[in-house]
Amino acid sequence: MNDILLRHREIKDIGQLAVYRQNEGFEGFKRAVTGMQPDELTEMVKASGLRGRGGAGFSTGMKWSFIDKNAWPHYVVVNADESEPGTFKDREIMESNPFQFLEGVALCAYAVGAHTAYVYLRGEFWQLAAHLDARIAEMEKEGLLGDNLFGSEYSLRIYTHLGAGAYICGEETALLESLEGKLGQPRLRPPFPPSFGLYGKPTIVNNVETLANVPMIVQKGVDWFRGFGTEKSPGTKVFSLSGNVVKPGNYELPLGTTFRELIYMHGGGITDGRKIKAIMPAGASSSLIVADDKALDTPMDYESVPSVGAMLGSASIIVVDETVSMDWLINKTMHFFQHESCGKCTPCREGTYWMRHLTERIHHNQATWDDVILLQDVASNVKGKCLCALGDFSTEAVISSITRFRGDFEAKVGVPLSAPAEAELKEQVSN
Amino acid sequence: MAVADTTQQKLVTLTIDEQQISVAPGTLVVDAAKRAGIDIPVFCYHPKMEPVGMCRMCLVEVGRPVLDRATGQPVMGEDGQPQLQFGTKLETGCTVPVSEGMVVRGYTDKVKEARDEVLEFLLTSHPLDCPICDKGGECPLQNLTMKFGPGQTRYIYDEKIRLDKHVPLGDLIFLDRERCIQCARCTRFQTEIADDPVIGFNERGRKLEIVTFSDPGFDSYWSGNTTDICPVGALTTADFRFGARPWELKSVASICTHCPVNCNTTLNTRREAKSGGKAVVKRIMPRQNEMVNEIWLCDKGRFVYQYTEEANRIAQPLLSKNNQLTPASWDEALAAVADKVKKSGGKLTTVVSGRLSNEDYFNIKAFTEAAKGQIALYSHMAGGDLVSQVGLGQGSNLADLGKGDAILVVASDLEEEASLWWLRVKQAAERGATLIVANPRRTKLEREATHVVRYSYGEEAAAVHALIDSISPKRPEQTEAVKRLMTQDEIKAAAKDIAEAQNLVVFYGSEGTDLAASESLASAAANLLIATGHVGKPNNGLVAVWDKSNVQGAWELGLRPSGDLASLMKDAEVLYLVGVDPSGDDPQLAAAVDAAKFVVVQELAETKTTQAADVVLPAQAFTEREGTLTSGERRVQRYYPAVPAVGETRADYTIAAQLGALIGATLEAVSAGRVFTQLVETNEAYKGLTMQRLAEVTEQWPIIGRADVYYGGTTYDNKSGLGVQVPTAADRGETPVLSFAQPLERERGDGLLAVPVTKLYDHGNMISKTVLLHNRLQKPQVTLNPEDAERLGLEDGKATKVSVNGVQAAVTAYLDNSLPRGTVLIPRSLGLPISGPYTLKVEA
Repeated sequence: MNDILLRHREIKDIGQLAVYRQNEGFEGFKRAVTGMQPDELTEMVKASGLRGRGGAGFSTGMKWSFIDKNAWPHYVVVNADESEPGTFKDREIMESNPFQFLEGVALCAYAVGAHTAYVYLRGEFWQLAAHLDARIAEMEKEGLLGDNLFGSEYSLRIYTHLGAGAYICGEETALLESLEGKLGQPRLRPPFPPSFGLYGKPTIVNNVETLANVPMIVQKGVDWFRGFGTEKSPGTKVFSLSGNVVKPGNYELPLGTTFRELIYMHGGGITDGRKIKAIMPAGASSSLIVADDKALDTPMDYESVPSVGAMLGSASIIVVDETVSMDWLINKTMHFFQHESCGKCTPCREGTYWMRHLTERIHHNQATWDDVILLQDVASNVKGKCLCALGDFSTEAVISSITRFRGDFEAKVGVPLSAPAEAELKEQVSN
Repeated sequence: MAVADTTQQKLVTLTIDEQQISVAPGTLVVDAAKRAGIDIPVFCYHPKMEPVGMCRMCLVEVGRPVLDRATGQPVMGEDGQPQLQFGTKLETGCTVPVSEGMVVRGYTDKVKEARDEVLEFLLTSHPLDCPICDKGGECPLQNLTMKFGPGQTRYIYDEKIRLDKHVPLGDLIFLDRERCIQCARCTRFQTEIADDPVIGFNERGRKLEIVTFSDPGFDSYWSGNTTDICPVGALTTADFRFGARPWELKSVASICTHCPVNCNTTLNTRREAKSGGKAVVKRIMPRQNEMVNEIWLCDKGRFVYQYTEEANRIAQPLLSKNNQLTPASWDEALAAVADKVKKSGGKLTTVVSGRLSNEDYFNIKAFTEAAKGQIALYSHMAGGDLVSQVGLGQGSNLADLGKGDAILVVASDLEEEASLWWLRVKQAAERGATLIVANPRRTKLEREATHVVRYSYGEEAAAVHALIDSISPKRPEQTEAVKRLMTQDEIKAAAKDIAEAQNLVVFYGSEGTDLAASESLASAAANLLIATGHVGKPNNGLVAVWDKSNVQGAWELGLRPSGDLASLMKDAEVLYLVGVDPSGDDPQLAAAVDAAKFVVVQELAETKTTQAADVVLPAQAFTEREGTLTSGERRVQRYYPAVPAVGETRADYTIAAQLGALIGATLEAVSAGRVFTQLVETNEAYKGLTMQRLAEVTEQWPIIGRADVYYGGTTYDNKSGLGVQVPTAADRGETPVLSFAQPLERERGDGLLAVPVTKLYDHGNMISKTVLLHNRLQKPQVTLNPEDAERLGLEDGKATKVSVNGVQAAVTAYLDNSLPRGTVLIPRSLGLPISGPYTLKVEA
């Protein structure tokens, strides 16, 4: 089922403007600009229950309604940085269903009174930037972007902007800094972008997938949209499935689909019929879920995933099978976070560097339980003390793997954990 | 950060560590704690800059009262107290503003652990080379580690990151990349405060490093301040690094003598073997005076002190024997001078520098008067009498200027002429004051300007007249220039804002002016203030951007510059030159010195003028003696002796008193304090001042040097006096009168008009002794409009030759498209003699 986002899989050539328009493309935008008040559109999105697909799951309509109407101009910035390891959904949407995405950007801009929207793409997406530029040019040619759209007072222009390859620029305020031409480091929040965003002006920052939903909500209505997914997490979601599965890839499924359905029905099960061990539902930023029956039967929506000790995040489901030892996995994630920490705040800058040294030692059989306990302690000292979420995310895999997969570390260290050491470990976790 | 006014707003009451305190809304938790006497440790936070919350050192528990959604009132708990809600995470006290009923806990176990953890994190990458680090002993990281940090490391030393340790960011500042804790104080200072964003972060994560991207590196007049606010030993100054340990240093309060701001400084001295066991100045640091320089100092003030060192000085009196200056005793030298003075029949001409102390002026003037001679101040600016009348009102503080106020800066490149005033005026503009910058060409201050007024060189007074007449016509007949300027939209807009301003301060400089033009400009500026009623009250009045540090002090004591100094000197039987180098400055003046019958030069060091002297009297530098200076804001401040006097040198006031004694005048020779007592009695403005009053200190904000450590040392602390701003005549109830003088206007000759401008890093006798700054000193230069340059075949940065006042010199040509056509800028004291605007022929 590719009803909302991956419609190109159903409708051939929807990536061409003519085809997209034949399928009611831009009708919603036209209807909004010519017949709806901006606030009506915001209310509609609010009513749809659409939640941000970048990871936080915040109500999109609510965010739009927060835009400060006492300060102008307003901007829309699309977070197309898609840099979470294991996430590759936005890329497919922008590549293959670009006009739906761009219509979503336009609708958002109209709803919040912005006349300029920027699509901030990660540096590696340079081909995609050229692709989008060409699509934007087509839209301008057909009068879908530019001045006095559809004979109204409303004008809008969309620009793409390439980052320089930093994970942190997926964090919305670091993204704004980078877009302004500064070093990509997160800002203090509050103030939040809807009151103080790009160039200090009210700004709505939304994920690509989030905005790609909007044209279909406008076209087919709130009730239709709410027909997918759950009460609190309506709609579908593109799940990026990767890891030890037979058929990795993007799957558009209703929110609330179980891990089991995604992994075994759609993903074809585990490679070589091996046993599943763990799931990382939100890429490298994820806690490791012990993939038992309870977990596999957990619905993938914003409310249910925390019950098995993780967050849905951007729903990049990385499947880990029994051949993988957790010391290897956390060493990989720590390499990533150590490389990507922006360095602005102390715990993340120094902690990721330290943790990487520890995971390295553990992975290379040069560690004792003291090192594992120290790792756990360092991780818990980083957690909750950082300027932005990156630091916290860097500890998720570490802390969850040590507490939930202790056997892997016992095997690495060579001896079981002593009782006093276990008490110490527990104390740190509770801190 | 501006401190919110606590008198007018409704205060917010909160509890910090069981202590209740009421502070202005918007105050940050760390500052509120500081006011309550509680120290929350910080690294990245600095009270002068916007908070960033990066270092996480100030994490505290913050609880807020639970509010009833319906009523907005606090929900009461069972104990009758408002119910509090504490967040799950600790919050950074430097970014959280206070709110009513807030409860902050700074000393719970959770908070203590967090501090320990942040310090542990910082130290994992820190080289711990405290034993060889310049900051050791005054290092916030060291101090806070001792107080809050872990006793031992859990980090494997071999895994420590290794980085470059001796990175020159420029000639003046070195970076140790291992010690840097990435707090961004330096980069924020350069961006937010100095407005020279020439350093920044490169890379990310643990590789995050400070880099400079200017050429030359770290190109800013403010770079030294970054080493003061650096909370570790990452940034050090080239003069002090590996020079001494902070605990070996003695701190002596002083005043910077390089410009009329009179910044408060601390001289750090140490006795050392390489100086023969004598105490020497190891570094100059800013000393907090929130009414003068806050906690900042420009690089000239910080680095230019080598001229006071023994190697550069004249250590004993010299007498000319057989046309050769030979060492003599004081008795011989003084007797030789007194003898000539007695025989001169009143034909003594004394010329004094603008950087002497008030006591020196008092005694030198008294000596000259006793000899019935005449005395002139060596300055190209006028208007000190007007500043005495309508200068800044008593109780003024530039930090009080903001929204609703106006500042006019005319004929001044303020950062070059008086750097700290540039900073203070910029900050006033940032607080919302209307800033009007009137200058013929672009200057750095214009970045903050509300209105930019352009006029041609020579029309500076006319521009001010145009403002006056746009507000209310004071004079029926106007000159053509005034009429023309009055049609300018910017002048109309500026005049409107001035008319509506609550407070008005006018700064006038000496860009393009000679003495006559300066007099005309000062009179116009005073008239503007009088006409609009901005005199005789705090935060209003006239400020002259004097060419030297104590020119205002000289004017207060009745000294005046001469309109024809060359004639005055030429005709003298005895020419007594104190701290001036006319022979080095201008060939015309050199000829006058040569023509004088008997030349006495009182100086620190050898100059062209001492070479022409019959007697040289060696004077003490400001580091070796005490005295008082009067700043352009008319604040009288005191400086103290820090090092022993070089050789046989004597203080200027002592020499004058001893000369006086030989001609029958009784003057105080022993201490500056005794001279000061005499001078306050003879001067209305100084009435009631005592040396003790000048040494008084009241509490200042921000509070420096407590355990939360914005700065780990002791030199910022001001324990030796904030000085006293003395009343103007208008403050004392005298009614200033409009003079209605017409603005001076000059005929333009054929050819290019050469005009003098001022550069901070010129080739003056003092700065040129500072080797450290040699690469930064301006090249001898001329600046032209690109069109003129093209006509003359000159290019930007190209070497050329010009002949000025009979001196031919090799110069570099620079282009400035904001410069009016037909004009050539020639910096003063930079190889080309220039005393005022005159017509010039440039050959490429």
